[in-house]
Amino acid sequence: MLTLVALASLLVLATVPEPSQAIVIYTGWERHALVGTEVRLSCSFFSWRWTSEDVTFSWTYRPDGARDSISIFHYTGGVPYVDNKGPFRDRLEFVGDPGRRDGSILLKNLEFSDNGTFTCDAKNPPDIVGRPSSVRLLVFEKVPIQAGVITGSIIGAVLGLLLLIVVIYYLMRFLVARRVFSLNVSKHGKKKKEGSQQRQLWTPPPLTLAPRP
Amino acid sequence: MLLLLLGIVLLHVAALVLLFVSTIVSAWTSSDIGTSDLWTNCSIINGGYRCDGASTGEWIQAVQALMILSIIFSCLALFLFFCQLFTLQKGGRFFITGTFQIIASLFVMSGAIIYTVMSPEWVPDTDEFGYSYILAWVAFPMALISGLIYVILRKRE
Repeated sequence: MLTLVALASLLVLATVPEPSQAIVIYTGWERHALVGTEVRLSCSFFSWRWTSEDVTFSWTYRPDGARDSISIFHYTGGVPYVDNKGPFRDRLEFVGDPGRRDGSILLKNLEFSDNGTFTCDAKNPPDIVGRPSSVRLLVFEKVPIQAGVITGSIIGAVLGLLLLIVVIYYLMRFLVARRVFSLNVSKHGKKKKEGSQQRQLWTPPPLTLAPRP
Repeated sequence: MLLLLLGIVLLHVAALVLLFVSTIVSAWTSSDIGTSDLWTNCSIINGGYRCDGASTGEWIQAVQALMILSIIFSCLALFLFFCQLFTLQKGGRFFITGTFQIIASLFVMSGAIIYTVMSPEWVPDTDEFGYSYILAWVAFPMALISGLIYVILRKRE
């Protein structure tokens, strides 16, 4: 019975068509960075095939508002080729590991003109059908505060303070009540003890009925 | 006595409604083409109505927080008023209710003051203050007066 089930499952698996040979490329959605600092644009891919020796990565850049994109990085045949004529000459560095399917680049010394869209395209022969992925770079003068951070923290702080005051108030009331209660109990207990001691001390004097001569 | 109580509750609820409208409707600044602040900037461009998120500066977030806190405290004051109405002894004062309502009015006041002083940083000079801003300023004395009346009021039979 078990062997039948095993055979049937093997047959089903054998007839299942091979997974679609499309390569899936992952980059971030948006990257925020301060002017003058550096930013790492990551790019990795998923492929059903083993990483081949002819794997290629290429990055292209399209400035904000422009229509054309220029190529700024290419990795092929095990050698990275960095932009040496375009807007990123001497500012681009390859920090990826193609063996681990990582084709990330590092942009140094950012300027405001670097705002734009960076597209990563990776190919893993024979897996070459895929859609390039884009990441948008935003360069700021100073890091903007996310909407709602200060709002939430002010509201949380005030409500927390209110809760703390209420808790302390009820705690004080409870403690004071307990102290009063224990004082009352000890007073009551002392009175009772004194009373019983007095009774012990006071023993009636021996009575004699002999008349005096 | 009942009439007085009803009047005070009506004043409180009116202040609360004004606070709600002032906070929810984004019309603290109005210009020819649209309104903006506290939450969204909506403008009429080329016949179409378009809304973006408001600027995420620190001051506008502080105003948002203060308005929301004032609503919370005013609602708490209303709830506490009904609690105290049934549990307070004769001759007692609605002290806690009044305190919460006065705190709520102080929050509205600080929010409106911060907006008045700081809005020129992100609002162009050609824009004027909108009706939400005016409602906030009207809600402040209403809340303050109702809070003071709560503190002075004594529960009679």
